[in-house]
Amino acid sequence: MTQSALLTPHNANIRAQFPVLKQMLDGYPLCYLDTAATSQKPQIVLDAMAQYYANDNANVHRAAHQLSARATLSYEKVRDQLQHFLKAKHREEIIFTHGTTESINLVAFGLTAQLTAGDVILIDSAAHHANIVPWQELAKRTGAVIKPIPLDKHCRLDIDAYQALLALKPKIVALSHVSNALGTVNPVAQLVQLAKAQGAITLVDGAQAVAHLTLNMTEIDCDFYVFSGHKMYGPTGVGVLYGRFDVLDSLAPLLTGGEMIKRVSFEATEFGSLPNRLEAGTPPIAEVIGLGAAITFLQTELTEQVQAYETELLNYLQCQLRALGEVHLYGAFDDNIGVVAFNLADEHHQDVGILLDQQGIAVRCGHHCAMPLMHSLNLKGCCRASIGIYTHKDDIDRFIAALASVKDLLL
Amino acid sequence: MTDSIMPIPNEADFHYAVQGAETLLTRFTKAPNWQERYRQIMLLGKDLPNLSPELRVDAAQVKGCESDAWIYHLEQAGKHYYLADSDARIVKGLIGLLLGACHGKSRDEIQAFDPTAYFKQLGLEGQLSPSRTNGLNSLANAMVEATR
Repeated sequence: MTQSALLTPHNANIRAQFPVLKQMLDGYPLCYLDTAATSQKPQIVLDAMAQYYANDNANVHRAAHQLSARATLSYEKVRDQLQHFLKAKHREEIIFTHGTTESINLVAFGLTAQLTAGDVILIDSAAHHANIVPWQELAKRTGAVIKPIPLDKHCRLDIDAYQALLALKPKIVALSHVSNALGTVNPVAQLVQLAKAQGAITLVDGAQAVAHLTLNMTEIDCDFYVFSGHKMYGPTGVGVLYGRFDVLDSLAPLLTGGEMIKRVSFEATEFGSLPNRLEAGTPPIAEVIGLGAAITFLQTELTEQVQAYETELLNYLQCQLRALGEVHLYGAFDDNIGVVAFNLADEHHQDVGILLDQQGIAVRCGHHCAMPLMHSLNLKGCCRASIGIYTHKDDIDRFIAALASVKDLLL
Repeated sequence: MTDSIMPIPNEADFHYAVQGAETLLTRFTKAPNWQERYRQIMLLGKDLPNLSPELRVDAAQVKGCESDAWIYHLEQAGKHYYLADSDARIVKGLIGLLLGACHGKSRDEIQAFDPTAYFKQLGLEGQLSPSRTNGLNSLANAMVEATR
């Protein structure tokens, strides 16, 4: 990496599309390094949602009138966009939810009837709580047994231990594509292949992957892949569940009512077919349309060059943190989508976070909804700086300068 | 740390001097920038008694803090005394600021205490909002609740 290459922002054009980033906080320019918690939204997403409410607002799939037809068309177009974006085989394999957490709950609930006491569920030890708790609840309902897949000393999934656990013929394997706390990318295609060879149903949490990586469901070949709109430059309140058609079709619906039915009487109700069967109630229409705009944004802007720049920035961030001294870094440094988990000497992560906030720096401080991972690192918590498509070298420099002044105050 | 029984600290430990709200206000209004305000906060925390590990138990924990914070209360001769600690330095300093207004005061004085106005005067108004994870709001509530 050369300094001169970094000094030229990969695309000043991208950052200018994010109005929120133009603000000052207490005299400091906002330095947003919390994209892993939620990304900022480009103008194209804001416009798409405003346009829908200003011109097309109507309920979808319900009425004969023109507004409803327009709204339905826009909403269903996003399903086609997602099919293409994910390289899924059928549009019916895309289910809209309210977020990753709901997507996982939908699967974990929907599989209840397919599990019996003693069945094994394997879970990535570095998983977000949203990919742990729904499985624990499923285990409570069915008597299934949860086994965490351990990590190696670099905080990567321990492949040998994983293979040993697969010998137990687990019914379900729940993986993360990218660790939310550490940013490390798992070799999901390989992990899924190993799990499928033992007959397991596989779910991959892609919440942290989707804003940074190019996704291909045919290559990953998992049964379920889930993510949220708000971490991929789209709105909050919308998420996606991709499911391989036959497995998805076998899920019992978590929510019932609304447009998910074919026929209702007080004697018996017949459910409709995919995808509507799993989308009960009025969906988050404006948010789905905003998500469609976010996909267009990603398809236009997340080029290989931009992906390479994100990697360069992350390397620069890691180097600068090491150069600052007295900084503990956690997790693996390569195969990382742009997250640095760290602590400043033995200082409390909250103290560091508060003092960075005084200087307009937004980082996340806490357990990152990954308490089992923090426990295995023997940490109560840590700070996490995460980059996005709009991050520039200036942001990293500001952050490092701010952390240096925190160091002066605390050490 | 996981004990659920609330231990009882020695009565004598509750009796320590704190800087009163007036002194603190003078001290903080003199601070020219955030660096100095936070330096003062942390110095204030340093002067407070530390809770021994036996007292740092779940039962005494104040919920709503990203850091751990524990609080004990004693009422004696119509005055209220507190022992509180945190594993984070800024939160401990913020506790010191609350104690300046509440420690050794009567029930009426504590119930009349307006933490929002107080922190605004100190130049730290953003710190008390319920959306902050520092738990200051919960600590302030806990001190007032203890007198009811």
